Amino acid sequence: MAVIVNKEECIGCSACISACPFGAMVMEADKACITDACTVCGACVDTCPVNAITKESEQAAVKIDKAEYKDVWVFIEQIDGQVKNVSHELLGEGRKLADAMGEQLAGVIIGDEVEALSKEVFASGADKVYLVEASELKNYSTDGYTTVFAGLINTYKPSVILIGATNDGRDLGPRVACRVGTGLTADCTNLGIDEQTGLVAWTRPAFGGNIMATILCPEHRPQMGTVRPKVFKRPEQDFSKSGEIIRVASKVKGQGIRTRLLELVKVCTTSCNLEEAEIIVSGGRGMGKPENFRLIEELADVLGGVVGASRAVVDAGWKPHYHQVGQTGKTVGPKVYFACGISGAIQHVAGMSSSDIIIAINKDADAPIFKVADYGIIGDVAEVLPALIEEFKKAKAC
Amino acid sequence: MEIVVCVKQVPDTTEVKIDSVTNTLIRQGVPSIVNPFDKHALEAALQLKEKHGGKVTVVTMGPSQAKDALKECVAIGADEAILVSDRAFGGADTLATSYTLACAIKKLGKVDMIICGKQAIDGDTAQVGPEMAEHLDMAQVTCVSKIEVEGNQVKVEREHEEGYEVVETQIPVLLTVIKSINEPRFPTIKGTMKANKKEIPTWTADDMEVDPGQLGLKGSPTQVRRIFTPPQRVQGEIIKSDTAREAAAILAGKLLTAKIV
Repeated sequence: MAVIVNKEECIGCSACISACPFGAMVMEADKACITDACTVCGACVDTCPVNAITKESEQAAVKIDKAEYKDVWVFIEQIDGQVKNVSHELLGEGRKLADAMGEQLAGVIIGDEVEALSKEVFASGADKVYLVEASELKNYSTDGYTTVFAGLINTYKPSVILIGATNDGRDLGPRVACRVGTGLTADCTNLGIDEQTGLVAWTRPAFGGNIMATILCPEHRPQMGTVRPKVFKRPEQDFSKSGEIIRVASKVKGQGIRTRLLELVKVCTTSCNLEEAEIIVSGGRGMGKPENFRLIEELADVLGGVVGASRAVVDAGWKPHYHQVGQTGKTVGPKVYFACGISGAIQHVAGMSSSDIIIAINKDADAPIFKVADYGIIGDVAEVLPALIEEFKKAKAC
Repeated sequence: MEIVVCVKQVPDTTEVKIDSVTNTLIRQGVPSIVNPFDKHALEAALQLKEKHGGKVTVVTMGPSQAKDALKECVAIGADEAILVSDRAFGGADTLATSYTLACAIKKLGKVDMIICGKQAIDGDTAQVGPEMAEHLDMAQVTCVSKIEVEGNQVKVEREHEEGYEVVETQIPVLLTVIKSINEPRFPTIKGTMKANKKEIPTWTADDMEVDPGQLGLKGSPTQVRRIFTPPQRVQGEIIKSDTAREAAAILAGKLLTAKIV
């Protein structure tokens, strides 16, 4: 264990007990003690008023020549030849990191006949593109893409890799990180450079959004993270820009891919792509009955938004789970989020609290949703929503 | 089929509250539970066993109290349970955790399928499953909502942002499952009695073939720099008005004027 309590200095104030997110601090004979549950997060270190708790850093078992690793890479996720928004957002943020580190920004494009995408990648700020094309790589596969990505890392040695925290990104990221033996921070909502060390500071929510943790990867390279969509702004594209394309031959063989995609079933096209939506209108149990959900759909429609739902509504079978917002559903960050008849349980809020503007409509004035809302209307959704739809329709007609 | 289910004992994060004065987590009275996603993984394993025969072994890494989580899994229907526990595993990030669990699974011998919950509700990383698959050089499919097995062939549905994929693979494979896959069953009285009598072995670092450099804090590339409570959103404006119509008009006016919509 690397967090240590100096028993002589401990004054038994128990400040560390409540600071520990894992309940690993206990008082024994008026002194703080650390149990097995300790994860060495160090939350207690900062709270101790007499500096009696210290975190010892253990030497990493592996020594890596960090100077060999340069440049910031962004995984360019594409589906049917379309670059996902999150990849552009990460190019924008990656540009900032690369500039701060005095390094170059590269996009990694893997697929089949996807060279044309490099124009877009340069327009979003990349200096270089690593391009790997093969017919086996047309669709995402864990094995195929991991082999290609890990191969690129071993050859070209980047210092930082950003991957969108999408379903595929969160499938690929850990597999690649593990193969090259480095650290990966999941589902980040903020990136920066740690002033003391010059390392990338990866910040992410944990504990159902109750706490935030900033993670570093000091001794291993590359430093890797998956980053949530919609956290960063999509950069202004400049199509006059170009850059170097580095073509790399694929070493993937068909039989090396142990999964086969038989079919991609689109249950909902854009209508439930909540992760990339600008406006979301969500309904909860307070909608009263499934029929009332048409009000949610109508408001979403008039605003050009998409429909979300609370867990209660999904559990009741009113809406398929693709629409569920919250800790066990989707994490969203639209410009505007309408919460209609949603009480605002912490798990729901964890999935939408990074929205720019939150609007709550609920007849219960004490509903916790109002605590996080920028605008609230206390009233019956069945009355407020039709009126709201009418207002927006009027405005649109002008 | 030899199926391994990996579970984690987690604090029920839905019960965690923030002390608004000290801005710290209030953990008092927060129960430890089996990670909810893992219960769906166990249910999926039990259903496969009922159909194809075999054995379901539950594995967890954690402190000694994590045995309670294993007992619950046995009460629900798991055949065997193993606690992987050692001070040397402390401070492990996902890479070290997945390595340790992979070592335990190697010790188990032949395994056809490993099923994990998509993610744990305390860390929310969704990384230990795929990293375990990599350590074991196994195929993986994440976010699975349906599993069908026929002989060596495995056909699954994998959730995607806009729908789902139908993916075919073969055993051995590691799957991570989402909640819509099934409705987990509850422990039975008979099961609870069985669980109470069940010997649950504890495997330490000495019991497995491990590289000590890849365990615990030493084997963890990532380090927590700081933990803090997120800035809370500030309550905005409640639009007060006598009728719903008026309130809606005021709200629409504000949003349109500010060009929010």
